[in-house]
Amino acid sequence: MSVLVIAESNGKTVDRGTLSAITAATQINEDISLLVLDDSEEVLKNCQKIKGVKRVISSKGDLEGCLAENIASIIIEAAKDATHILSSAGTFGKNIMPRVSALKDSQQISDISEIIDPHTFVRPIYAGNALATVKSSDKVKFITVRATAFQAAETEGGSANIVDGPIAKTNGSSSFVTRDLSVSDRPELTAAKIVVSGGRGIGSAENFSILDPIADKLGAAVGARRAAVDAGYVPNDYQVGQTGKVVAPELYIAVGISGAIQHLAGMKDSKVIVAINKDEEAPIFQIADFGLVGDLFQIIPELSDKL
Amino acid sequence: MKVLVAVKRVIDYNVKIRVNSEGSAVETNNVKMSMNPFDEIAVEEAVRLKEAGLVEEIIIVSIGNKGVQETIRTAFAMGGDRGIHIINEDVTEPLVVAKLLKDIAIKEKTNLVILGKQAIDDDCNQTGQMLAAILDWPQATFASKIELNNNKLKVVREIDGGLETLDINLPCVVTTDLRLNEPRYASLPNIMKAKKKEIIEIPIADTGIDFKSRLEVIKVQEPPMRSGGRIVADVDELINVLKNEVGVI
Repeated sequence: MSVLVIAESNGKTVDRGTLSAITAATQINEDISLLVLDDSEEVLKNCQKIKGVKRVISSKGDLEGCLAENIASIIIEAAKDATHILSSAGTFGKNIMPRVSALKDSQQISDISEIIDPHTFVRPIYAGNALATVKSSDKVKFITVRATAFQAAETEGGSANIVDGPIAKTNGSSSFVTRDLSVSDRPELTAAKIVVSGGRGIGSAENFSILDPIADKLGAAVGARRAAVDAGYVPNDYQVGQTGKVVAPELYIAVGISGAIQHLAGMKDSKVIVAINKDEEAPIFQIADFGLVGDLFQIIPELSDKL
Repeated sequence: MKVLVAVKRVIDYNVKIRVNSEGSAVETNNVKMSMNPFDEIAVEEAVRLKEAGLVEEIIIVSIGNKGVQETIRTAFAMGGDRGIHIINEDVTEPLVVAKLLKDIAIKEKTNLVILGKQAIDDDCNQTGQMLAAILDWPQATFASKIELNNNKLKVVREIDGGLETLDINLPCVVTTDLRLNEPRYASLPNIMKAKKKEIIEIPIADTGIDFKSRLEVIKVQEPPMRSGGRIVADVDELINVLKNEVGVI
């Protein structure tokens, strides 16, 4: 058995989810290769040092936007000796992995949260309201990994060698136009130790900035319930839930969030959950460790003053 | 141009699901079923393209037991034109769905397939990407905006860091994200008209595709319950417990 992990990187660093996928890989077999789709020497150096990685496969060429059509074939080539191909279950992995899996006629296993043995995995279904244990009969397995369910691999201490991988070529059927990324000084939502999250109860885009002082004082990321994103209060990348991001910080502060199951799916593995809501019947209080009932427009300024 | 949209019948998103007594699956008997919400968005987008004069016909496909015909009719009431029901009493895995849709897309000479990005039952998020792969078509997943121009599609996609724009050639596969559109409610006359539209039934065994599952479900369990904690009196108490009791700030 051997494992290939597909790294997601941004020209500087490797994504937190990739480090979780490497930890998952160590539970399958110690022969772990990491495929890096990035021209950056800095990224390659960082990848060499990740604990558990045996070899770094460096693919260059037409990697702009990491278009699925262009990189599927190089993943297949890089994976030719692998029995397990893993990536994080972020939008990068969700986009590319099923394409590769289908080309190899293998039924992908999405978003695993536990590895029982190299053929058997646990994965959340129905927005995490049930856990399915599934056994794959495919010879080569394509797997995406729920980042919050596996610790990040250590980024120091490894000494992988670098080998040249297949070169990406454009397939011509798609082209990258632009990427409009949210710029923030705050930590990334899925990597933050503390997340302050707002729901529709906040009322408007302007009001959403009420969360900023607390987030700044706590060094927290800001997240949102789907309803707040749909209403245009904040951009899509803030969304926590079944179809948005899954987070599991040390502390999750839910502000004006009632606690629909689709939202709970994205945050219920947080270590400590605090709910602030004026409706004491809100379902969020049934899962929160600490609840504070009251008007968020009074509580939040007071909280940020006193922190 | 013809558009293909596949719709899945799932437990309604408002229903609190429970695991059956055998621990083998989620209970679907006597539970309200609806169209997967992402598939509603897919149907709506196809109807809007037709209303804009860019599409002539919308073909609706669903796979499952008899009940899925109701879901196909719901799509008809929104504006779908004709239906294909592939009969399978068992679970159909995404790779099999992709193979079935591939054959239909080729036979019907469709240039565009619009699918929901994931079904809210198995949460797989695979079928669109798999279909694009085996058709050797480009894909645009998690779309929040599409513009169709001269056999090219400009697509804005929702990604973890924000938004991304791609140009892709037709034929292609698009999967929908939440903010692509807001699906319409069907009007009564359209619901009546939907009853008369044609659905072709095809038993899955007649398709020639190997539909055996590759993933054996060993068991299905409820997740560990998180028990509620306590209500604190005020901001001071909240800060105190977070600092001194649990030590997270």
